[in-house]
Amino acid sequence: MQELQVIFSGVAQGCIYGLIALGFVLIYKATETVSFAQGDLMMLGAFCGLGLVSWLGWSYWLAVPSALAAMAITGWLIERAVIRPILGQPAFSVVMLTFGLGYVARGLITMIPNVGTETHAFAAPYKDTTFDLGGVVLGASQVVVVGATAALCLLLYLVFSHSRVGIAMQASSQNQLAAYYMGIPVKRLNGLVWALAAAVATVAGLLLAPITFVHANMGFIGLKAFPAAVVGGFTSLPGAIVGGVIIGVVEALAGFYLPEGFKDVAAYIVVLLMLALKPNGLFGENLRKKV
Amino acid sequence: MRFIFKTEYDQDIRLAKHGGHVFWYSLLGLFLITAPWLLDEYWLAQLTFVLIYSVVGLGLMLLAGFTGLFSIGHAAFLGVGAYTEAVLAAQGWPFPLSLAMAAGLSAAVGAVVGLPALRVKGIYLGIATLAFGFIVEEGLARWESVTGGNAGKHVEAVQVFGWKADTEAGFYAVCLAVTVLSTLAVINLLRAPTGRAFVAIRDSEISAQSMGIHLARYKTMSFMISAALAGIGGALYAHKMQFISPDQFSILQSIDLLLMVVIGGLGSIHGAFLGAIFLITMPQLIALGKDHLPDAIAQAPGLQAVVYGVVLIAFVLFEPMGLYGRWLKIRTWFQLFPFYRKGMFKRQKSFQKSDRLK
Repeated sequence: MQELQVIFSGVAQGCIYGLIALGFVLIYKATETVSFAQGDLMMLGAFCGLGLVSWLGWSYWLAVPSALAAMAITGWLIERAVIRPILGQPAFSVVMLTFGLGYVARGLITMIPNVGTETHAFAAPYKDTTFDLGGVVLGASQVVVVGATAALCLLLYLVFSHSRVGIAMQASSQNQLAAYYMGIPVKRLNGLVWALAAAVATVAGLLLAPITFVHANMGFIGLKAFPAAVVGGFTSLPGAIVGGVIIGVVEALAGFYLPEGFKDVAAYIVVLLMLALKPNGLFGENLRKKV
Repeated sequence: MRFIFKTEYDQDIRLAKHGGHVFWYSLLGLFLITAPWLLDEYWLAQLTFVLIYSVVGLGLMLLAGFTGLFSIGHAAFLGVGAYTEAVLAAQGWPFPLSLAMAAGLSAAVGAVVGLPALRVKGIYLGIATLAFGFIVEEGLARWESVTGGNAGKHVEAVQVFGWKADTEAGFYAVCLAVTVLSTLAVINLLRAPTGRAFVAIRDSEISAQSMGIHLARYKTMSFMISAALAGIGGALYAHKMQFISPDQFSILQSIDLLLMVVIGGLGSIHGAFLGAIFLITMPQLIALGKDHLPDAIAQAPGLQAVVYGVVLIAFVLFEPMGLYGRWLKIRTWFQLFPFYRKGMFKRQKSFQKSDRLK
């Protein structure tokens, strides 16, 4: 029974990794750049929700959509202000740029007096509820994480397969130049993708906040989402979630069975193994350059 | 503008291309040698840090700037070098031997990391090195019998066959000698066939392969040399800090190292030094600027992170060639006056060339 509980908490944690990884994958597919600022966007999203609920006294159900909207606009602004001007430059410039964005986000949050350096508890309405399923006790916050992730995946699937915008995004991620020739506004779509990625990161932040705490360095969890994205294949949206869950479960089991210290590096050992054995990940496509 | 009239083949690979080089580098050398008498103890310590970071920067520059492979876990090599040196120095090994061991062990570790580099490219390599960096940091923290764990480890002063470099000036001399030797080694490497193979791999792997360059061998070699230089830098760092703990070799240190080579200017030896100067003087400049800011901003703990982030973003956006690129532009402006054009250094902008198929 205890194993089941460990596995379930691993799945819940893995869903968080998966959601952050989803942001990487969205941005990577659309603009071929890797955003190291995704974890920090998650942190900003959590602070945004926290600010609305705790300091402005909004109700949780009003605060969540507002935080999502605010962060989506932030994501769009970031794309517009700093990412768009350097499109076409080496991928590494963009990686360094997102490191810079992460620094700025963390720094700005810590600069807020009396708030930035503390850890805050985030009061979600479902926080202290638990379910008892024949001996397995599940915290509601973990159940909500899994449920919300599943719902979000379904929503994204519907958007990408049935809506005009989604299909346009697919086209532009497959071949930007061809999409551009077909009349798809590629640049505007890139802005939308950043907005979407920031919103997904905010969902992750708001789901994670009741489980852990909200603080300026919570974005470092984003570094564990990279293994998730790599295991999933880096170009596959379902792969990101599956990869996240795999990493989460492996980590939980490593914490349960192996000596102390292995839990923190389990994700990285998995990713090194994956890169050595199957560099394209579980769902990745194998592409070779033609000369 | 200076035109060099070449009458010998040797002029192509000569270290000093013309009299100007000889003059200015002699002046720089003279300053560095007399620095212990010119500077007070504090600034001499800062200069020592610049030299140490330059050695590490040279290694990362060779890897990132000249071979086109990115390492987001370079602090791990720094850590391996630092701990090797700390352990060996405690056992009384003479400094040249322990330094060679630190470099050798780091290079061996670098070869291990280089192995996935043979199969993966671009961002995957970055993630592999990132993962590796975390594993090494955790290993340093957990292997308590050797490293002292999170409590840290004390490092003894440099000693060479009875002579102890326990003064600031003595240690500065050691760092200067190591830095000069490393720089000469890297410059020599880059004008030899090996270095040219690195540059060819950076510019296009496929064409390098077609020219008969063994990708696997040269990439591993690049990783090993880069790691060895980081190990040497780590050994000096350990002596300078006199106390090391695993959190000095975390992901933040790795990002600082990357920031150093990017701001210095990728693909230039000068860039490693300019970046190191930037990294060391920036906190001082921020401290100076604090006096002129309102208290609410000046005393905030996040100020340094914000400044670093903004400077990094500004460099990537406006000066992708870094500090050295800026210097080149200024120099060209004076050389060509009044005929400098704005777009002379502009890179051709390509419409989203796909990196996935590189």
